[in-house]
Amino acid sequence: MKVGIEVNGREVAEEVEDRTLLVHFLRDTAGLTGTNIGCDTTSCGACTVLLDGESVKSCTVLAAQADGHAVTTVEGLADPGGELHPVQRAFREQHGLQCGFCTPGMIMASVSLLEHNPKPTRDEVRTGLEGNLCRCTGYHNIVNAVIEASGQEVDR
Amino acid sequence: MIPAAFAYHRASTVDEALALLSEHGEEAKVLAGGHSLLPLMKLRFAAPEIVVDIAPLDELRYVRLEGDELAIGALTRYHDLHHDPVLAEHAPLLAHVAGSVGDQQVRHRGTLGGSLAHADSAADLPAAVLAADGVLVARGPSGERRIPAAEFFVGPFTTPLEPDELLTEIRLPRQTGIGWGFEKFTRRAIDWAIVGVAVAGKAVALVNMAGTPIRAHATEEALAAGATAADAAALAAEGTSPPDEAHASAEYRRHLARVLTARALRQAGIA
Repeated sequence: MKVGIEVNGREVAEEVEDRTLLVHFLRDTAGLTGTNIGCDTTSCGACTVLLDGESVKSCTVLAAQADGHAVTTVEGLADPGGELHPVQRAFREQHGLQCGFCTPGMIMASVSLLEHNPKPTRDEVRTGLEGNLCRCTGYHNIVNAVIEASGQEVDR
Repeated sequence: MIPAAFAYHRASTVDEALALLSEHGEEAKVLAGGHSLLPLMKLRFAAPEIVVDIAPLDELRYVRLEGDELAIGALTRYHDLHHDPVLAEHAPLLAHVAGSVGDQQVRHRGTLGGSLAHADSAADLPAAVLAADGVLVARGPSGERRIPAAEFFVGPFTTPLEPDELLTEIRLPRQTGIGWGFEKFTRRAIDWAIVGVAVAGKAVALVNMAGTPIRAHATEEALAAGATAADAAALAAEGTSPPDEAHASAEYRRHLARVLTARALRQAGIA
């Protein structure tokens, strides 16, 4: 079927198999490989993107379900001039990553979390990110990064 | 993992969805949020030839107070149930449980109707609707019928829904100011419950203690006869047939059912 998705503000339309998953559409059709495939079973959150502004696991959404909708991937967060999104900046400042594999998904889940809860407590950040796994176990600095991105003092 | 090939159809009205289901019968599966169906299709436990996407049916997304009943559109997402002020006031158990399913991303996609129609005995919402004496409304070619939750879960992943029927609405008696409690034990934050317990008033329903969500009848009868919460909770595993598998033995699940029921009854304000 013909699937058309507004990816990071750019219309991407292509004939794909009906069974194409959104994450494959993003990586293979749109050519945006920032979104990683981790567990491929809706568990790890590495493939998290925003669908109409809300976080979803793109390994568990058909490209067809996103047809006519807007998707934001990690590549679409920074402004066109290269200025990082506040959540990206905070992840860098707080060293909210180790190997980096979970980072795109963590950042997109954090953006969605802050959209619903702009001033979360540390507990709310941990609960809000329960669908994202960091196998380096670098959660502490990830929580710090989200707290910093929310404009709150990072209390180590 | 990629699902087996299928033909994707998108319905833009309930009537169109029903026509597609009538035309394709058992070859077709309904796709709502897709968070039960797509994982099964990726594992190839399910391989429907036709997938009917009902996501565009905004007419099935609502929470309304109608007299002494709440009417909830089957396509209402967990996220929206959890944040709905009407539900929080008049069906607090369901509002809470919807916020504890899966994770943020799952709750942005999964729907109440999808969870109920999937009828996984390890899922939280079926037990919550069973505890709340919900009624499920299905529409088919010959019209609408209402199925009480107690008659809806007939076996593992099995409901009385015909292949050409669509679950459209869930109705709950209004439970304003009711005592309620919900407890579940999971191995990891986002896992299905090893065991869960939902309490609404003096109704108690168990997650993952049989092939379907079930009411803890012995506990309910004891409470009705004036037993203390502790004594009633000790009966929570009576008449259950919990799975006995790698994640937890049946005996461990019976133990959890008793402990979690005691906690959930306490949450509900039952001494």
